[in-house]
Amino acid sequence: MGSNQNQTKVTGRVGIGIAGARLPLGSRAFWTATKLLLVSARGFSSCPSSSSSSSSSSSSSCASYSSLSTPAAASGEGKPINLFTAINQALHIALDTDPRSFVFGEDVGFGGVFRCTIGLAERFGKHRVFNTPLCEQGIVGFGIGLAAMGNRAIAEIQFADYIYPAFDQIVNEAAKFRYRSGNQFNCGGLTVRAPYGAVGHGGHYHSQSPEAFFCHVPGIKVVIPRSPQQAKGLLLSCIRDPNPVVFFEPKALYRVAVENVPEDDYMLPLSEAEVIKEGSDITLVGWGAQLGVMEEACAEAEKEGISCELIDLRTLLPWDKETVEASVRKTGRLLISHEAPITGGFGAEIAASIVERCFLRLEAPIARVCGYDTPFPLVFEPFYLPTKNKVVDAIKATVNY
Amino acid sequence: TRNPKKGETCCALFSLLESSVFIVNCHPQHLLLREKMAVWLRRSSRNIIKHLMSPNYCHNNITTKTTTAVSLLSQEADVVSPVFCVGRRFESTKAAEIRIEPQFYSSEEDEDPDDLLNQGMDFPGGNVTFTSEMSFIGEHSDKRVPCYRLLNDNGEIVSDKIYQQVSQDLATRMYHGMMTLQVMDTFLYEAQRQGRISFYMTSHGEEAINIGSAAALSYNDIIFSQYREPGVLLWRGFTLQEFANQCFGNKADTGKGRQMPIHYGSNKHNFFTISSPIATQLPQAVGAAYSVKMDNKKDSCVVAFMGDGCTSEGDFHAGMNFAAVMEVPIVFICRNNGWAISTPVSDQFRSDGVVVKGPAYGIQSIRVDGNDALAVYQVVRAARDIAISEQKPILVEALTYRVGHHSTSDDSTKYRSSDEIKHWKMAKSPISRFRKWIEKNSWWDEERESEVQSTIKQEVIQAIQVAERMEKPPSSELFTDVYDQPTNDLQEQQMSLRETIKRHPKDYPSFTCSL
Repeated sequence: MGSNQNQTKVTGRVGIGIAGARLPLGSRAFWTATKLLLVSARGFSSCPSSSSSSSSSSSSSCASYSSLSTPAAASGEGKPINLFTAINQALHIALDTDPRSFVFGEDVGFGGVFRCTIGLAERFGKHRVFNTPLCEQGIVGFGIGLAAMGNRAIAEIQFADYIYPAFDQIVNEAAKFRYRSGNQFNCGGLTVRAPYGAVGHGGHYHSQSPEAFFCHVPGIKVVIPRSPQQAKGLLLSCIRDPNPVVFFEPKALYRVAVENVPEDDYMLPLSEAEVIKEGSDITLVGWGAQLGVMEEACAEAEKEGISCELIDLRTLLPWDKETVEASVRKTGRLLISHEAPITGGFGAEIAASIVERCFLRLEAPIARVCGYDTPFPLVFEPFYLPTKNKVVDAIKATVNY
Repeated sequence: TRNPKKGETCCALFSLLESSVFIVNCHPQHLLLREKMAVWLRRSSRNIIKHLMSPNYCHNNITTKTTTAVSLLSQEADVVSPVFCVGRRFESTKAAEIRIEPQFYSSEEDEDPDDLLNQGMDFPGGNVTFTSEMSFIGEHSDKRVPCYRLLNDNGEIVSDKIYQQVSQDLATRMYHGMMTLQVMDTFLYEAQRQGRISFYMTSHGEEAINIGSAAALSYNDIIFSQYREPGVLLWRGFTLQEFANQCFGNKADTGKGRQMPIHYGSNKHNFFTISSPIATQLPQAVGAAYSVKMDNKKDSCVVAFMGDGCTSEGDFHAGMNFAAVMEVPIVFICRNNGWAISTPVSDQFRSDGVVVKGPAYGIQSIRVDGNDALAVYQVVRAARDIAISEQKPILVEALTYRVGHHSTSDDSTKYRSSDEIKHWKMAKSPISRFRKWIEKNSWWDEERESEVQSTIKQEVIQAIQVAERMEKPPSSELFTDVYDQPTNDLQEQQMSLRETIKRHPKDYPSFTCSL
């Protein structure tokens, strides 16, 4: 990718600017820049944010990464855009291709607090893209009803932290709508989107990762993209999937994650995990923004001769056990990492399932590098998060078990 | 005018305007004041008249809160102090100290930017006038919202103003529907007592709401039910056999035996499957109504039923508010039957029932005698017409009484007197009231009554027997419809269960094993 024409073209104009310098863009480098931005946002200065060190670290990391994304992005097809733009594109396409699709939620009319819905109301009309009153249970309930009548209802919850009032509607209604009716009715057209995850300063109520609650509900799907190119394809699949889906978007990546994203309409499969980096000594499984951290950890582990296989789960429910199992059969070791608190987190489900399937193959206990069992703190965020070094330590401990 | 009282007050105002007694008696030193007062007098009375005449002021059956205007207007005109401003204030202050106060009611047409007397302001949300009179809106109106009814307890029509005439055909069909509902309830309740089905809920006492509302709707109106409205499904053609099948959860149950009895649903009857959680159907109904609105055919609406307890749930608030903001064609029908299991309405809310909650959301609302099937029919018909033609929500509160227990798991004599139950069951029965009316019209008689009773009884008994004998759905249906397609996990779990059943057959009922 380094020799790609597109790469040099875009370097000057668009990208992640740190200390006034422009970084080379593309799937390989954006993780580095992302990490730097997140790190500086968290008040760390372990990595100096000057341009020279940034470029040097990115160039060294370039060498050790294989393509993170599918071939389309790797070949440079598409334009470099960030996560919220990619999501915005997906929504534009969704509304364009289905006249009975609607986008609604708090503040979506003017473009949304994270700008994911920019231009939609102007283009498709206020009857299709509209604000709702401030009421999550109403938003999701309304969406269920709309979907039950055969429409595509794309509901936005402003922060995943506020999804709980809608939990009853999601669990007791959406998830059971088809089953309880004997398949006479369904609300498959419902997609609930919510930004989730640490953002550097979010504290208790702007940083949560509630995916585990939803993974325990038969009848819905839970999908979490790691990057712009993934988000667009996955979101379109979620919207078009004939089952209700909860789609968590890593808010930390909305602006800073920039990647080549094809402009056309494309879908990525649900319930298929993706091996984004191959390796032979240990399997790492994660999703969303945490993959960036894990990727850094892999790079560092590589320096010590540990070959890491990194898997993006993408769909948490129903999750792709086969891919993870095949990988663990190869490596014999598994490490799962997520921001959500460790106890009862989704890592526990993965660990239990893999033990069931791969017990005799395992060389070491399955490691989980997660948040602590505390509410998500503000000033203590740097301590709370499962950072790169925690993951590296766990990789080493697992390999040396 | 719609309101005779309005007419009186208007006359009073006009005469006041004409009289200049007030102005003449002002102290000559306050000429400017007098002029201002005159302007204000003219404007405020104009405003008040306009307000009185405005359609929003007085709904047919709803009294608005008593504000100063109406009550003051009815006071005797005082030569010195005008009646229609705050009389008390004027009485307590001397003329010299009178300050010009703004009108009570603003009107856009009266807005005059040069006018010092207009103290209104455009806050977000619209223009609002100010007042220096601190007065709290009362928690209750002087009078409770009256209840629309057409038939008295003797089945006599008390008014000749009928929104929609009911033919003999329709009336007898309605009566037949109420009878069927009652008989079905009686026998299925008994079936539960006998251990043949696991659970049942009757609609005893609420047959008029069930059938009266159903008859007023068209078959392409979408129904979101709470759980005590099977009469609506019955009216639409869901057969006694289908009811029984669901209660027994047999293989003919369109719900595939997944839910408890009475959790009916029928796609072909536009009746969404009932779920146990209370009020969850309300915001969903609004979403469905939005879809209907987008269809733009203006030939149907959504009807969402609920009980009194339901109005305490957050989803009620969500549903009402969304309906008003989204301006959707939906009729909310609340069966206020006085009880939420053992909780009487006095423990449920402190408002004047449910009808007063509508205006809080900007929703037109009406209260109806839920035991008067004819009145319920009229009101739901009218509500539906408004909802569809104006594409907006309507709230109907039907007052009634839950004669039966909450369910087969409840013994309501534990928290209310048997006398009370008996009173409502006998003296206030909606079925007898309607029968008296159709008998008075010579549309029904004793002979027909016993004939129909016995026929329905036969049908119900047979339906129950057939349903009971029919086998359950195949156990493979445990794993289907979780998603549109079964997942790998579910297939594995199904295989695992198959093995377990083979190993321990005695643990399991003998369903058709098609795992």
